[in-house]
Order: sequence, then C-alpha cells, then structure tokens
Amino acid sequence: MLSMVSGEVDAFTAPSLREELLAVDIQEDMLVELNLSEVSYMDSTGLGVIVAFYKNVTANKGRLVLVGLSQRLQRLFDITGLSGVIHIEKEGAVNDHERI
Amino acid sequence: MREFDYFEMRVPSKTQYVGITRLAISGLANRIGFSYDDIEDIKIASSEAITNAIQHAYPEAEQGEVVVGCAIYTDKIEIMIADYGKSFDFEEVREKVGPYDEETNAEFIREGGLGLFLIESLMDEVKVLNDNGVTVFMTKYVAREQVKEHVETDTF
Repeated sequence: MLSMVSGEVDAFTAPSLREELLAVDIQEDMLVELNLSEVSYMDSTGLGVIVAFYKNVTANKGRLVLVGLSQRLQRLFDITGLSGVIHIEKEGAVNDHERI
Repeated sequence: MREFDYFEMRVPSKTQYVGITRLAISGLANRIGFSYDDIEDIKIASSEAITNAIQHAYPEAEQGEVVVGCAIYTDKIEIMIADYGKSFDFEEVREKVGPYDEETNAEFIREGGLGLFLIESLMDEVKVLNDNGVTVFMTKYVAREQVKEHVETDTF
C-alpha cells in the first residue's frame, strides 16, 4: 500500500493527518510505504503522528517504510532517534537543493 | 543606539496561527543572514515553543495569548515565547523527554514530549523562566562565514 503526505505538518494540520492515517485498514504482512517527499515542514507534532501510525501498523502485524525524506526530515528523524526505530528507505532521498 | 531591533507579536492561542508566526520568524532570521538549515532549525524550535505554550497553558475553552518577542542582532537572534496561563514544570518535563532508543518496543514509543528536546537540540542557548506562566528564551548565532559583513573580498 502506498500513501503520500504533503505540505506542512504542524500542530494545526497534524490532527487531520492522524485521523486519515489511523483510518487506513492495515492487514497482516501488509507493506505500507509512506512517501514524505512533498512534506515541506514537520515538527514534533508530525513526528508524533508518524509514531502513532507506526504503532498501529506494527500492532496489526504490518510493516511500515518511510520514503522520500528530505535531508532536513532525515535529520529530524536522526536527532530524535526515530530513524533507529522506524525503517527509512534512503535510496532516492530528495536533496533539498533539488526541491526548490 | 540599542544594539538590536525588537519585534513582537501577540498571537491568539490557536494552533492555526503557529504557521504564520513561524513564517514571520523565518523572515527575520533570513534578514540576519542565517543559512537555510539554521532557518529551518529556528522555525522548528519556535514552533515547538509556541505549540507548547498554546497546548499547555490554556485549556480548550479558555482563549489566551502567546507573546513572541524577537531581538534582532547582526550576528544572532533571540526569541522569547511567553504565555500567562497555567504553567507547567519545564524542568520536570525536560527530565522525562529525550531521543528514542533503538531498543524500544513499538508499543512503548511515546507519541509526544519531543518538543522540548528538539528546542534544546536545535538552538544554541535555551533558558526557561517558570514564574506565573512559562517563558522560553532561545538564542541562535549566525555561523561567522554566513554574515555578509564578514565576507572578505580579495583586492588587487
């Protein structure tokens, strides 16, 4: 299953993203790919939503992979230690300079 | 003459205004000459502090204000974020937050509480005053080579 997140994820937009992601029907052994290449801004509220989604996918015995992280977003996942917990596909990472 | 310009915003404590406040701060940081990465750090740190002030200080029914003050220097920005609502114990909260551990099982990963940790990771100095509300002071310095005045031009 493929899903795409775009725009700014902050305290205002995070609740609707959380609602949408948690409505996804996760089945056993399902591989869920969340594409973050169009995310222009994310802070801890967005990370919280990703963590909640990861927990939901894992609880339903699915697998989550994050793809398309910008260097900024990758750094945020590294600083918080989340990159050691959630699988992040680094191939094809979007370079910040190429995005503008 | 004062060595800095002072810029202040009084922000209604609603999450919908976090984005516009972040945009204003990034504009100020851009004028000082911060790099792209530093501006992104400042945007996240200030959003975290403003979000904290909105979510912790005021219960949903009660609308307050968050005061965001920015002191603009030639080589640094100081950002002050203050609420006058119900304060929370910053030190106590800080002790409970930190990066995630690789060994943590999925079900035990916290979904919140990273905000304060990020502020301290992304800014150069952070001070907190907890007195009848919480005030967060944070400072970021421009890396020397990025200040235009300091760029040396070769003369022949």
